[in-house]
Amino acid sequence: MEREKILSVSDLSVAFGKRSIIHGLSFDLYAGDDLAVLGPNGSGKTVLLKALLGLVPFEGEIRWAPKVRQGYVPQTVAADRQMPLNIHDLLVAKANFLKLPASDVAAVIQTAGLNADLLSSSIGVISGGQFQKALIAFALLGNPSVLLFDEPTASLDELAEEHVYELVAQLREKGLTVILVSHDISLVHRSASQVLCLSKDHSCMGPPQEVLTSKMLEQLYGAEPKYYLHRHDHGSVQPSSSSGAK
Amino acid sequence: MSGSPEIYSLLLALLFAVAAGLVGSFTLMKRMLLAGDVISHIALPGLALAFLFHFNPLLGGGTTLLLGTVLIWQLQRKTGFETETIIGVVFATSVAIGAVLTPKEDLVEALFGKFQDLTLLAFIAGAACVLAIIAFVFLFKDRLILSLFSPELASATGVKIDRLNLYFLLAFSMTVLVGLRFLGGLLVGSLIILPATTGRRLGNNISQFLFFSSAASLAAVGAGFVIGKYIFHVSMSGPVIVITSAVIFALSLLVPRR
Repeated sequence: MEREKILSVSDLSVAFGKRSIIHGLSFDLYAGDDLAVLGPNGSGKTVLLKALLGLVPFEGEIRWAPKVRQGYVPQTVAADRQMPLNIHDLLVAKANFLKLPASDVAAVIQTAGLNADLLSSSIGVISGGQFQKALIAFALLGNPSVLLFDEPTASLDELAEEHVYELVAQLREKGLTVILVSHDISLVHRSASQVLCLSKDHSCMGPPQEVLTSKMLEQLYGAEPKYYLHRHDHGSVQPSSSSGAK
Repeated sequence: MSGSPEIYSLLLALLFAVAAGLVGSFTLMKRMLLAGDVISHIALPGLALAFLFHFNPLLGGGTTLLLGTVLIWQLQRKTGFETETIIGVVFATSVAIGAVLTPKEDLVEALFGKFQDLTLLAFIAGAACVLAIIAFVFLFKDRLILSLFSPELASATGVKIDRLNLYFLLAFSMTVLVGLRFLGGLLVGSLIILPATTGRRLGNNISQFLFFSSAASLAAVGAGFVIGKYIFHVSMSGPVIVITSAVIFALSLLVPRR
């Protein structure tokens, strides 16, 4: 059975002034795929997500399937922490703007595991992990079918990171497609069905076991990064070389 | 009714106070209080021209305010500079032009405002402006909250940030315009700053913040009117209202923070 294409990117280029960030990138994403975007600093991972959301000007074509609704969890939000705004008010503001019923707010609160104390807390006093959960709840409002995650655990400790990834795994099980920007190669191996590698002069796409070869990682990062891949069958990873990006 | 013109003036001042409290709250959260204060000075060249050529000062002030607001918005979009940078450029030019053009005998009124009798028509026009500002704040409250939290997330949610910023600047300018006659070009921004600061001190969430800002503003204008008219017997209303507002803020400091 042919899988439904939910995203088609062709010849995408993004530049800020004279500085080219992404040049001529093309790839497709199908329903059921979980895409991880991997690459060194400055390779345009965050810019790609922003282009997919229409937040930065770009050339080329980005075509989402008509029924796709996106949710976005940014790497960080430089919100004024002095603002008298609590998480509940923030969620209600989005629900009101999108004309969603109050039951939708209650549903995302439950899914993201936000408790009453946290909901009434000002954004200025909550921890990084709680803030990230709140951002996930915010992204889930509006019932997205694709969630774009930009390094969601970059500033979190290990425990908070684990909680966020558990939540992401649960969302995947519920049928949400996740596009995840990450530095964490072992996580990408573990969770993604497709990997898009980005670097200044190279891009590739395919399943992690095919794309994340020693040669490819070396091309991507300049030197092969060290990482540990924990597998329950204690077998070693034997990646083979392949490239899926056009 | 012989007392009506004065009542119209007081009523409009009180309505303006509510709008100033609401707009001031969002101006504070947008961190553009001082920038906003400066916007009010852009009315000065218009007031000066009105005094010079004997036409309605509000028409003059309103025209330069509107032109200044659009100019700021356009310069911000074109140059990518921070709002306050652009406002700084436009402000300095406006004050200089205003100071050169305003006839000496009208300077005090232009700078510090006056409780003048109002015709019914002027009251209706002013009240319509204030109601439009209040309606804007309540209709766009959710969009404003989203854009304050993160313009990027708001944009990803579907909020048109550019347009929202323009509407907000226009609401701000309209608030300044209505307040000009009572507070003058120099002090009108103060009633947007001081009550909002009091509201921020007393409110723990957005709704409380908006409520306390408007209440503080209303109290300052009401008490300022009574104190100015019946105690100091002065028609120059701006300074009395601003001092009253500052006293209310000082009193709010006595309330323990929750």
